[in-house]
Amino acid sequence: MRWLLSMLFLLAPLTAARAEQVVLGLSHSNVQITTSFKGSDILVFGAVKREEPIPQGAPLQVVVTVEGPSERLTVYRKDRVAGVWVNTDAVEVDSAPSFYAVSTSGPLEEVISATEDLRHHISVPQAIRSVGATVQDPRAFTEALIRIRREKGLYSRNEGGVLIEEATLFSTSIRLPASLTEGTYKTRIFLTRDRQVLSRIEGTIEVSKVGLERWLFNLSTMQPLWYGLMSLAIAVVAGWGASTVTRLLKNG
Amino acid sequence: MQIYLPIADVSVNAFLLLGLGGIVGILSGMFGVGGGFLLTPLLFFIGIPPSVAVATGANQIVASSISGVLAHLKRKTVDLRMGTVLLLGGLVGAGVGVTIFNALKKLGQVDLLVTLCYVVFLGIIGGLMAIEGWRALSKTKRGVKPARKKHTAVQRWPLKVRFRTSGLYISIIPPVLVGVSVGILSAVMGVGGGFIMVPAMIYLLGMPTKVVIGTSLFQIIFVAAFTTLLHAVTNHTVDVMLALLLILGGVFGAQLGTRIGTRLKAEQLRLLLASLVLAVCLKLALDLFLPPSEVYVIGSGGG
Repeated sequence: MRWLLSMLFLLAPLTAARAEQVVLGLSHSNVQITTSFKGSDILVFGAVKREEPIPQGAPLQVVVTVEGPSERLTVYRKDRVAGVWVNTDAVEVDSAPSFYAVSTSGPLEEVISATEDLRHHISVPQAIRSVGATVQDPRAFTEALIRIRREKGLYSRNEGGVLIEEATLFSTSIRLPASLTEGTYKTRIFLTRDRQVLSRIEGTIEVSKVGLERWLFNLSTMQPLWYGLMSLAIAVVAGWGASTVTRLLKNG
Repeated sequence: MQIYLPIADVSVNAFLLLGLGGIVGILSGMFGVGGGFLLTPLLFFIGIPPSVAVATGANQIVASSISGVLAHLKRKTVDLRMGTVLLLGGLVGAGVGVTIFNALKKLGQVDLLVTLCYVVFLGIIGGLMAIEGWRALSKTKRGVKPARKKHTAVQRWPLKVRFRTSGLYISIIPPVLVGVSVGILSAVMGVGGGFIMVPAMIYLLGMPTKVVIGTSLFQIIFVAAFTTLLHAVTNHTVDVMLALLLILGGVFGAQLGTRIGTRLKAEQLRLLLASLVLAVCLKLALDLFLPPSEVYVIGSGGG
């Protein structure tokens, strides 16, 4: 009997989660960086799949996150030493996404609880991982990182950016800036009700350089010597060419 | 017209880059400096990552220097023998400089050191040139002939070599020493070193101003080419797309600059270069001493 009860207890959240499930759609699943790349808008949309009528009570809410490839970096803080501004403190950030956008159907604290935010690493500060900082106020450093990247349009939070129709269909537009890092961009959709996550789904957007961009990038990493020599050859030809052209123009 | 740079991973306006290249090219042709000391900070300013800016700047300098040297060769204002001697010293110095640079990088204060180097050297050189240029200019205005060159201790050293184009018969040791020290500084500061080389040739070696610029450009070509290759192979930070745009603007700028340079008097040229050097120095010094708008800086990789 006790065994049966615990089974039921375990199953309960699962069945609840199954009651409303999310289906994900992306306007495009790959972004190609060409020479004239100016940034891109990705439409993330989806629908709620359910086998029962819409439950009464708190309204359905949606959170969409798009996360670029993570990297390791160091945040420095300057301070005045003998009149000169010097990097005095440094905090190593183990992992920070190169791009991070959160779009929600309402104010974040009404859509999701702090616990759920922490568990699923939803808001921007949760997406940054920094351990072993030796300074007194490591939080100030991650806050600065977020502030700087937000100004560059790399980190964003768009509360109310997700539109929900008939508690079933939803969509949001995510702006990818022109200065984009190559890699796999993770897209996550969370369905919440009463600030609890009901269902989640993940998809990926591949951001890659194509054509000339791809070729140059590969050459620079695979054949650096030839790439370097090619760069020099271009410089020599251009320098010589310009001088010849101006001479011809002067004589002609 | 926006263009995406494959190595820098940023999108910038192509015409802005052409314009930047052009301005630096004009300076390069006028003064015989590679323009790296100006180009590199300007590239930072438009959002190019510093490592890419330094490496690509070197590549651009190669092109504009070649264009400039060809113009000077035609007017026979390049001392090839002196240039080669300086170059050999310069390559040795660059090797030493890279070693010093990497050692300082491990200590973590390399940015500060580089900026301090800039402020000190630009300040000293700019100041000296301004004073000299001003004196010479006011003398020629009053119709006083410039004093004959006096023999310095340097001219009594052994291993004398004749540098015909420069009209010098001096020991080979000072040019080599100048080459080595400029090489070290240029590797640490990430520039071709023309702005140090030019005054060193005028004041330390006593070369005539007329040949100094062509000879400096000649030497810079090789130092910058060496730097470009070094960056391409070790850090993969040369952005050829960025370089191409800067070069296109730069090579024509250099031709234009050489023309302007020949029309100006040597004293005026010196005074102009001095004010430019002092302006960059002042800007860098202000950045060091004034409170920054953002005290936090994001650096790549682990500390």
